[in-house]
Amino acid sequence: MYAPDFAYYRADSVAEIGRLLRAHPGAKVLAGGHSLIPLLKLRLAAPPALIDIGRVAELKGIAVADGRVRIGALTTHAEIAASSDVARHAPALAAAAGVIGDPAVRNRGTIGGNVAHADPASDLPTVLLALGASFAVATDDGERTIPAGKFFQGMMATALGDHDVVTAIDVPAAPGGQGQAYEKFSHPASRYAVIGVAATVELRGETVGNVAVALGGLVPAAVRTGSVEQALSGRAPSAEAIAGAAAAVSNDLGDDLIGDIYASAEYRRAMAPVCVKRALTAALKQASVADAPAARSPWWKPSWL
Amino acid sequence: MSTRIFGSGIRRREDPRLITGSATYTDDLTLPRMVHAAMLRSPHAHARITAIDTSKAAAAPGVIAVYTHADTEGGLQPAPCAWLLPDSDLKIASYHCLAKDVVRFAGDIVAVVVAESRYQAEDALELIDVGYEPLPAVTDPEAAAAEGAPKLHDEIDGNQAFHWKVAGGDVDAAFAGADVVVKDRIVQQRLIPNAMEPRAALASFVGATGELTVWNTTQNPHIVRFLTSLVLGLSEDKIRVIAPEVGGGFGSKIAAYPADFLTMFCSRKLNRPVKWTETRSENYQSTTHGRDHVQHVELAAKNDGTVLGLRCTVHAGMGAYLSTAAPGIPTILHGLMLSGVYTLPAVHEDVYGVYTNGVPVEAYRGAGRPEATFMLERMMDVLAARLDMDPADVRRKNMIPKFDDGHEVVTTLKYDSGDYPGALDKVLSHADYAGLRAKQKAGPANGTYTGLGLATYVEICGLGPSQVAGAIGFQGGLWESAIVRFHPSGKVHVFIGASPHGQGEETTFAQIVGSELGVDPQDVKVFHGDTDNTPMGWGTYGSRTTAVGGAALALTARKIRDKAKVIAAHLLEAAVEDMDYEDGKFFVKGAPDQSKTIGDIALMANVAWNMPEGVEAGLEASTFYDPPNFTFPFGAHLAVVEVDAETGAVALKRYVALDDCGPQINPVIVEGQVHGGVVQGVGQALWEEAVYDEGGQLVTGSMLDYALPRADLLPDIEVLSTVTPSPHHPLGVKGIGEAGTIASTAAVYNAVMDALRPLGVTSVRMPLTPERVWQAIQDARQAKG
Repeated sequence: MYAPDFAYYRADSVAEIGRLLRAHPGAKVLAGGHSLIPLLKLRLAAPPALIDIGRVAELKGIAVADGRVRIGALTTHAEIAASSDVARHAPALAAAAGVIGDPAVRNRGTIGGNVAHADPASDLPTVLLALGASFAVATDDGERTIPAGKFFQGMMATALGDHDVVTAIDVPAAPGGQGQAYEKFSHPASRYAVIGVAATVELRGETVGNVAVALGGLVPAAVRTGSVEQALSGRAPSAEAIAGAAAAVSNDLGDDLIGDIYASAEYRRAMAPVCVKRALTAALKQASVADAPAARSPWWKPSWL
Repeated sequence: MSTRIFGSGIRRREDPRLITGSATYTDDLTLPRMVHAAMLRSPHAHARITAIDTSKAAAAPGVIAVYTHADTEGGLQPAPCAWLLPDSDLKIASYHCLAKDVVRFAGDIVAVVVAESRYQAEDALELIDVGYEPLPAVTDPEAAAAEGAPKLHDEIDGNQAFHWKVAGGDVDAAFAGADVVVKDRIVQQRLIPNAMEPRAALASFVGATGELTVWNTTQNPHIVRFLTSLVLGLSEDKIRVIAPEVGGGFGSKIAAYPADFLTMFCSRKLNRPVKWTETRSENYQSTTHGRDHVQHVELAAKNDGTVLGLRCTVHAGMGAYLSTAAPGIPTILHGLMLSGVYTLPAVHEDVYGVYTNGVPVEAYRGAGRPEATFMLERMMDVLAARLDMDPADVRRKNMIPKFDDGHEVVTTLKYDSGDYPGALDKVLSHADYAGLRAKQKAGPANGTYTGLGLATYVEICGLGPSQVAGAIGFQGGLWESAIVRFHPSGKVHVFIGASPHGQGEETTFAQIVGSELGVDPQDVKVFHGDTDNTPMGWGTYGSRTTAVGGAALALTARKIRDKAKVIAAHLLEAAVEDMDYEDGKFFVKGAPDQSKTIGDIALMANVAWNMPEGVEAGLEASTFYDPPNFTFPFGAHLAVVEVDAETGAVALKRYVALDDCGPQINPVIVEGQVHGGVVQGVGQALWEEAVYDEGGQLVTGSMLDYALPRADLLPDIEVLSTVTPSPHHPLGVKGIGEAGTIASTAAVYNAVMDALRPLGVTSVRMPLTPERVWQAIQDARQAKG
């Protein structure tokens, strides 16, 4: 696997990333490299220059403040999966980060690179959408914030401009009484999501409060499924109610389902309610124990443990 | 040092260098003035070449040469097919190293670029203009044999490479007299072998001497040397082939490949060392694939489960050209094994080898035997289901009883020894089969269906008697060789003709010498893989290295022992017939304190100050061992699966493997071989398939799409064994390299079908992906109404 020629630049600060991007039209930003390098080696992409941001210290780390978890764009999936802050305040994100690819991918791949690449079969866009995350983006004019709902625009297409770089991801801390889950139907080779469903469910006494459900792997960009959310919200969380709400996902799938030799569009359509049902069931199980602080420790087990 | 070193699970001496990255593979090597080759491969599965313009590539930075077919005329013969199947109307199409006029699979080589760096060579590939006139392509073996199919080779009608038959007993009478006949159509899908190290060649031709040295990822360097002399027209004595560390082969490094010959050709043309290493993408689209059978099978039986006959027709996809050993795989190594572990009174099989627009198909771990075992073991379960018998009972009813010294089956093979019922019973009792069945009867829990799958097998290993090799058209011998050389200090060098590439024979062969001669295995160094310093041998495949090469080594060690005994008698001033030997010591009978160690003898033989009359100096011997028969390892495997009926997902929950390879030289290595083998077979059942689309493009072109087994999808494998020595082998050993693969595909498949039986599903095409299983469940539900 031999990449075509490219120029290589290394940025030491966010400001320098912008400067280099403006100076080198068509340049690509290199973070963990787990999507970009294979594209280069397969000669499916031939950018004139790579701008390596891997050593920009200000883009790393996880912090909790003001009711949200701020995750630097260069934070690796493994760091997110192992973070007790993420496990406490955004357990579905921790769960999803722990089932990305394999250990080598998780040790190297970054959250910023993942969302900027916007592969519809990725795990993180789905979860970040359900959790109502927002993206801090450095632009030519300074900084702006893009909510997850506006960020993912299509197959590997985002709201990022040519010179924009994701600097951090802000995830609201889960409120009390909310359960979260990420249900993944994993491709056995790529370990991408054939179907990924992220769900948050609030339990208010005997009824379901706010519900958020996002889908990955099914359509060209991760989407919320309003039909499921509305069907479950306000209901008592019985198995029938969950199954009925999950079935409503069909209303939101449209005609543009992804299909491939491993899982056809028809099969994915049939499996979507199953995965949604399982995600909702798991989220509700978490919600029912969510009030007890002790139970907010990591409940998931990374696949490699 | 005790003779107990035979059977001891000492650590593999290969591992420290392998796991610390200290091992040297072909691609690690660099020579002065070395340049790099890259291959331009056809993007079309089938097309006529209308024009090739290499001028821009030739002028690109760093480029030294660009060659197309025209440049090789007279300097490079086609890659040979070396298994000339008799009585089969074999038609061999020329496999030109560079395509001549027509490309026949996506990956066929059209041009080669040599440049100062590999990057420059790759960049130059993009500058070669090739005009293609696309032709219709066909990749399915049945479709390729059908009337009106696209024709691959002008001179070969019906794309038929061969039609081979095996017949024994009166199969028509068997079917006429049967109470019950069960049938199935089985697809043994095309697989990609996936050795961890891709293929590579480094060729260094020195014009001044006329000598060619080739470092090559091969399982059989001596064969490569021989075939190179034919293809390049070089004298065999001027060619040295070295297999340095080779990172797995599984059959894919048996063949002599066009790309290797091209690398040698370039070196000869340029008088410079040339290196070529395939990328993983190239590996997928040009290194040989495995399996690719479409099998129509019928089994005739009595109502009590007694099997009367087997009738089958197989279309075996051979790919666009016949690879080196390809014709023997779906025939000799497949059809002759159709009796399995059973008393089969009658058999008839027609095998059609079919050219298709795919990568050539070769041996892949098990090579023909997994395809035979699957066929038979699947039909046993279909029969059991039809008769509402337990699959274990149907098997037991038909099994050949225990035998110690020869049993001839209907396909004319003479099995050496076996205890098939013993193996099955041990697996059933270990796994508590009765308990598992009782639990299964309780019904599915939460939509999860449990299934149990059995597969028993016998395989043909230790290939084989050279006279048989000649009779079956194998263009070579199948003996093996060993030289044992004692140095004055008592340290030992062993030289073997076989070429291990991950199997651990540097360790097990040292154990053989250790146990035969009482030396510490640490003091035995095993040399292999270099045609200049090892004796001739036919290579490592077909689980033959220990079975044949190990025998050569044991017999050599015994020659040394005989000579050492004569020297010891002389030194102890005793008669030879009064000498005894035990644990590395030669002593006078009844006087164990009057002794000489093998180390003492090694010193005295090498200095030769005081040798017996007529005995040569030195302590060295060699053997060329041509086995009297094949060896026949066997076993019984059990898989337990759970199927999620809602999604069709299959989870392998438990796997029990019993393999009898005779006495085990190193049980830890045996267990490792079983683990790897089982996992590769499970891969075929559940995950792996090389998929071509309608146009002949390989859709599973990378590891993103081709699903290899992963550790987190597998249970711990429970490894059991029995020990039934081969009566004709000096050590009794039979071979273990392929055993696991041979049974595991059928065991897992049978388990899934067993789980799906209550749902009315009887057949699903492999691999058993969730969608296929789910779809089969939906279809069965619809059929039920």
